[in-house]
Amino acid sequence: MTTTTATDPAPPGTLGALLDRVRAGREFSPNVYSTLDVLQVLYDRVLRITPETADDPDRDRFLLSKGHAVAGYYALLAAKGFIPVEWLDDQGGPESRLGDHPDRLLVPGVEIGSGSLGHGLGLGVGTALGLRAQGRATPRVYVLLGDAELDEGSNHEAIAYAGATGLASLTAIVLDNRSASHGWPGGAATRFTVNGWTAATEDGRDHEALHAALTGHDHHRPHVVVAVVTDEE
Amino acid sequence: MRETFVRTATALLDDPRTTIVLADISAAAFAPAARRYPDRVLNVGIREQLMVGVAGGLALTGQRPIVHSYAPFLVERAYEQVKLDLDHQGVGAVLVSVGASYDRAAAGRTHLAPADVALIDTLRDWTVHVPGHSDEVPGLLRDAVCGQDSAYLRLSTQSNARAYPDAGDLRVLRDAGRGAPLLVAVGPVLDAALAAVAGLPVTVAYTHRPRPFDTAGLRALAGTEVILVEPYLAGTSARVVGAALADRPHRLLALGVGRDDLRRYGSAEDHTRWHGLDAAGLRRSVEGFLAAVPVAA
Repeated sequence: MTTTTATDPAPPGTLGALLDRVRAGREFSPNVYSTLDVLQVLYDRVLRITPETADDPDRDRFLLSKGHAVAGYYALLAAKGFIPVEWLDDQGGPESRLGDHPDRLLVPGVEIGSGSLGHGLGLGVGTALGLRAQGRATPRVYVLLGDAELDEGSNHEAIAYAGATGLASLTAIVLDNRSASHGWPGGAATRFTVNGWTAATEDGRDHEALHAALTGHDHHRPHVVVAVVTDEE
Repeated sequence: MRETFVRTATALLDDPRTTIVLADISAAAFAPAARRYPDRVLNVGIREQLMVGVAGGLALTGQRPIVHSYAPFLVERAYEQVKLDLDHQGVGAVLVSVGASYDRAAAGRTHLAPADVALIDTLRDWTVHVPGHSDEVPGLLRDAVCGQDSAYLRLSTQSNARAYPDAGDLRVLRDAGRGAPLLVAVGPVLDAALAAVAGLPVTVAYTHRPRPFDTAGLRALAGTEVILVEPYLAGTSARVVGAALADRPHRLLALGVGRDDLRRYGSAEDHTRWHGLDAAGLRRSVEGFLAAVPVAA
């Protein structure tokens, strides 16, 4: 059980307070909280993206493939200045640009519209290939998936191809909250490493460990970070 | 048409935005191009979902993808990727299929795709090209790749005897005079349609671009009777014709490939005959349609 509940308002100005504005009294499912730490590490310490460089072709790309993990994502985009904080108050409303799944045409800073599981990694592979074809060696492509999302076969098309071709600018992050109905015996990371990826499996709440894992790629192969979160409500 | 496509697409690689995405089909034909442009001729293996997803990602970076495979695998298997990884992301690609409705009839149902154009037609603002001759392919492909929006090119081994390169808008090939019944033939069914109406007072117009359908040309040419002959699922363009002529009393006969899984092999010509799309079958349908007199109200 975590301490974050609907009855404990977060301190004003914090990410928790922004999340409360999205939540507006509703009860969030656990996956909202399990994703928050990895999103914070990415946006605070890893991704080279700012509202000013949101259209720069040399920016890093962050693709949220598990599109339902949207509350923390919107809160972070607001905290970082990609969207006005006021947008959070009406999430899902008839005039809102913030749906229960993100739409890249409606939300600044959002790289892909997602929701149907199993689309982000293929789009990420294509993005990495496009950047490579343009000779852009700097930007890195990060795709955040869930362990249950890995059930979708489309991911395994992307994992196999990215590994076989050594698509070194790609990082997948698997938020593993043990929600896959049939599990991943041997660990989610093995599905990647058997295809030639480098992998790190870390505590999904340990910011230092996540940072080290997210920056620990060798620039020769695609990299996966499995962020394990099992202590949630 | 496939050889013409490979040649034209390879030439379009001169533009650094052009990127060809394959799923093994035609990979050997593109091998020389892949050796020259390894970063822009990509064969993902037999992975059609990834093929279209990769095209979406490429387009997000500003590349112009040409995505190519067998029609059922490109359009039907990867339909959600077409809908979400291209349309929903607000990016475009050029999809080029081979196989058509029953080019490889002996391969059976798994390789038949009569519903491909109808499926693409569930999406918005796609241009659909159905060339009736290989000489129509280069211009259509070049125009599609030079654009920004999504386009679907449906290549076939079925062909008319001659090419009509400028037939996006309806092109009248046989004029039976004002008010005569209008037959619109799409792509490779033209020759059979022309033969079918020999001696009948029927105007015949041709197009290789069923989307966007030339509704202005249709309104200018149509009298009361309109006959559609399409090389894919019968009725695919009926809604477009119906909407274009909604303010006019008219009768429409929409011919094309039937919905039944025939569970028969044979040749493409056999299937053309079984679906009533050969000259004799079309003539029977057209004569029956024109003989029917609407009951006066």
